[in-house]
Amino acid sequence: MIRQFGLSEILSILAGVQSTVMLSLVAFAGGGIVGLAIALMRTSERSWLQRIAGSYIDFFQGTPLLMQLFLVFYGLPVFGYKVGPWTAVSIGLTLHASAFLGEIWRGSIQAVPKGQTEAAKALGLSYFNRMRDVVLPQAMRISIAPTVSFLVQLIKGTSLAAIVGFVELSRSAQMIASTTYKPLLAYGFAAIVYFIICFPLSRFSMNLEKRFQVKT
Amino acid sequence: MTYEFDFSVLLPYWEQFLRGCWLTVLLSTIAILAGLSIGIVTALAKQSTVAWVRLTATTYVEAIRNTPFLVQVFFIYFGLPAIGISFQPWSAAVLALSLNCGAFSAEVIRGGIDAISRGQFEAGAALGLKRLQVYRYIVLKPALRIIFPALSGQFVLALLTTSIVSSISAEELTSIAQSIDTLTFRSFEIYVVTTVLYLVMALGFAHIFKAVDRAYFSYPVK
Repeated sequence: MIRQFGLSEILSILAGVQSTVMLSLVAFAGGGIVGLAIALMRTSERSWLQRIAGSYIDFFQGTPLLMQLFLVFYGLPVFGYKVGPWTAVSIGLTLHASAFLGEIWRGSIQAVPKGQTEAAKALGLSYFNRMRDVVLPQAMRISIAPTVSFLVQLIKGTSLAAIVGFVELSRSAQMIASTTYKPLLAYGFAAIVYFIICFPLSRFSMNLEKRFQVKT
Repeated sequence: MTYEFDFSVLLPYWEQFLRGCWLTVLLSTIAILAGLSIGIVTALAKQSTVAWVRLTATTYVEAIRNTPFLVQVFFIYFGLPAIGISFQPWSAAVLALSLNCGAFSAEVIRGGIDAISRGQFEAGAALGLKRLQVYRYIVLKPALRIIFPALSGQFVLALLTTSIVSSISAEELTSIAQSIDTLTFRSFEIYVVTTVLYLVMALGFAHIFKAVDRAYFSYPVK
């Protein structure tokens, strides 16, 4: 039986939003933690740490997100970890986010004038204190706009989880499209929902960028 | 039981992998060239003096930039036939990729135009050039020069994005990898190989763009 595209269809597409938001938040938080480590490695004074972080970033920026998800999804069972789609997709997106955030924050750390690090060193601050109290707070201000802009990219990226069978906004739209035979409505509606989530974030990021430009 | 890696079962399929790479390169090249053209036109449209032209351009750019590519492809391939516009998978893929690349390029190019000093526009106008001529003969090249590194990044991203069109079974590397997967059940090995191939192509593209940058944009600036 072909179902009509009505309120219950709209609601079941909207139910997917919850997973999309959860997945984005998990990947953003996980990616933030790993990403900070990557950024610190990339800006460290030890060249081997820099190289490892550099290759990590190059790998994730030089391969499709879909392949990264496939590798985690098919790779984990190979190494003996039986995990559900939720875990696989979260791990995949976390790794992906960590590389991109690592690169963004590397740029922000390096944009802090060198004199700040030198002054902190002259004051005898340890690496930890130098980073926590002097460099990172300044780097953070610079990094907000590109970080938010990456968050938008990440939210859109979660749609690829649909391809490995994880039910989120895109996948629920896909299911409604096939039960109602109204693909135009289903995908159009999903697109509008994504837009409502992403557009304010994009605007916020753009305004921050503008404000920052005026200041310098 | 531990898993035995076996890449040798993939050897008989090397020609298909190669064909996948070729199709991916072809798809990306078309999308990049079309996207660049769309991007230039859209960036100019955003500077237009006519309000509805500006509004159309902005709506297009924001709609594409704030929705996932997967949904865009589905909308074009599965959605549009409902209003009588249908495509073959490959044409739908080319269209979706070009529109996507166009919107992102437009933003980058607009940034380049903004970076050109007002004096250049005024000098052009003083020489009696029309607005479009000013853009074509005075602004375009230096603007492209400024944003070329950012634009190259966008183009490499376009290459990586092509993998998503496998979801409408348009033929390219990922969809070919998926079909080999159904024959051999060696998913992990297949996607390792495919990922490496994408990495090689992405690095190759990045190199070509660097060469283009050196060849066209390395003129000295006073």
